[in-house]
Amino acid sequence: MTQLALRGVPLDRARVLRLLQDYGVYAGVLALLLANVLLTPHFVSAENFRTQAVQVAPVIIVALGMALAIGSEGVDLSVGSVMALSTSLISLYLGYGPVAAILVAVLGGMLVGLANGSLIAFIGVQPIVATLALMVACRGLANVFLPQLKDVRDPTMASLGSGSVLGIPYLVLIAVALALLVAFTVKRTTFGRQLLAIGDSRPAAQLAGLPVRRVLVVVYVVSGALAAIAGVLATARLTASDPTSLGTLMELSAITAVVVGGTPLSGGRVRIGGTVAGAVLIQLLTATLIKHDLPPSWTQIAQAVVIVAAVYAARERGRR
Amino acid sequence: MSTQMKSPVLDASLPEEEPLGARRGERLTALAQQHGALVALLLTVLIASVSFEAFPTSDNLGNMAVGSTFLAIVALGMTFVIVTGGIDLSVGSTFALGGVLAAWGSQYGTLVALLLPLAVCGLIGLVNGLLIAKSRLAPFIVTLAAMLLARGILLAVTDEGSTTYLVEERSFLATLGEESLLGVSLLVWITAVLFVLGALALRRSRFGQYVYAVGGNEDAASLMGAPVARTKIAVYTLSGLCAGLAGALNAAYLMSGVTILGVGMELDAIAAVVIGGTLLTGGFGFISGTLAGVLLLQVIKNIINQIGSLDSSYQQVVSGAFLAVVVVAQTWLGRKRRML
Repeated sequence: MTQLALRGVPLDRARVLRLLQDYGVYAGVLALLLANVLLTPHFVSAENFRTQAVQVAPVIIVALGMALAIGSEGVDLSVGSVMALSTSLISLYLGYGPVAAILVAVLGGMLVGLANGSLIAFIGVQPIVATLALMVACRGLANVFLPQLKDVRDPTMASLGSGSVLGIPYLVLIAVALALLVAFTVKRTTFGRQLLAIGDSRPAAQLAGLPVRRVLVVVYVVSGALAAIAGVLATARLTASDPTSLGTLMELSAITAVVVGGTPLSGGRVRIGGTVAGAVLIQLLTATLIKHDLPPSWTQIAQAVVIVAAVYAARERGRR
Repeated sequence: MSTQMKSPVLDASLPEEEPLGARRGERLTALAQQHGALVALLLTVLIASVSFEAFPTSDNLGNMAVGSTFLAIVALGMTFVIVTGGIDLSVGSTFALGGVLAAWGSQYGTLVALLLPLAVCGLIGLVNGLLIAKSRLAPFIVTLAAMLLARGILLAVTDEGSTTYLVEERSFLATLGEESLLGVSLLVWITAVLFVLGALALRRSRFGQYVYAVGGNEDAASLMGAPVARTKIAVYTLSGLCAGLAGALNAAYLMSGVTILGVGMELDAIAAVVIGGTLLTGGFGFISGTLAGVLLLQVIKNIINQIGSLDSSYQQVVSGAFLAVVVVAQTWLGRKRRML
């Protein structure tokens, strides 16, 4: 009898829902790929795959930091502005050589992250508000540093943006390396464990003696650094610095990738593989709509619907 | 939202024997929270009037008043949302959508020009509210999606942003943007009336009390029998309506539905509300503070323009820094209050 009852379990609604939450994003990517292979002309070409991968790389990098912030039961809205800040810093400091410029840009992102993290961890400001303030201020700062679009003419930056090894662009390699690094950190290090514990229940983590404040600050510093790296790579690809428009709505794309990938907004769980797949899913969706000549308006509407659907599907987990 | 633990021991000991000094301190912090924005506004205006000759002229003041009406109306709706402990990031897009729909609708008469933006933006707000209250999704992500949705609809209506509809010259909407009463623009009068109504609704009506109750403690409000879901749906619908109306009035002022407006406006609105003393954790806030916050942002913008050598992007830096300072001060005041 018990055997029978148990056999009935796999089909019940909660189980199916959980499977959908955990693996739905991979299924979605596969389905979209399959549909495109069958329906879209010229989809199966190395050139197309390379373009898609290069376009999605900065989103993946930003989404990695966002996944950590969301895993700690926070959010980082300042990432798009940090990208803009990083692109204007690159332009300003390119005179000292590309390496110095990149270092300054990443350092700038880390400083913004430090400000975010300090506001959240030490003063106790809500993450949404703290990062919102930095988001406004950083976009302004980026425009103050570099008032208009400027070309970036530098051989190192150009090769970083368009060079490749064995046909795989540097941008994609960097994104994959960073994803592996962050995944390892979350799964296998003390810091990752502490982060998840804090995201699960901050009071409990505090009582257990975990260094809550330090971990939170590090999370936002890492998120700022990753956003700055994404800004550097985007600048290298475009061979221009555009602080007004670079990274606008990036926070939305990153949050979408994280949420679609099955990381709950309530914290305590981080899925890096899902996040990467989520970013790829959104990219493929946009590309599909564009390749079939649907205007950007419909792309945006579709993206909005996908976000709400993903959050709706994920909401049950929060209550479990 | 808040993850901080409230100590029941401390709360329980509050009503009994309080030292006099503590009560005075509490009153002072409450005063600072309620009127801080107003004091800052008055000081800034005073300094600006002394420093810049062009600042205290009636032309400049009139322009500032008209210029701040649109943000003021959006921030009015946002205040209700934030007092319930939520947030509405879609207002910038619905504001732009409202303007485009009003301009497009003006060719079919005034009624369409005013009702169409209100209906569409109110509907977007209603959907936000339903998803947040009934499906219990996080407000910021739902309204973030709504922001994309509204921008998408706007692009679809305007042939991907390439068409700018003009407001019919002789329509009532055009008069609304141009005429003035007793030397003050009609737009300012409308905003003033809306703020009086908003303040009455929040402080003196049953709905307003529900808004405070839901923001203060949702579970307690629910146990008390307050209609939590209905209140939430109402505030998001209200916020959508306000943004749509502000957009329509802005179209009347500019005589066209400009498609690129409203980007980042949600941040200004939130900044104004927070500067005005409303707590983002919910349950505490004032309509009057929001007005002071909007005017303060407008005066800062004007001063930066007066200086001339400063780029307009400095305004973003200043408002961002200002927002951070206010939030830190609020958190600090709030903590002090809880400790007393």
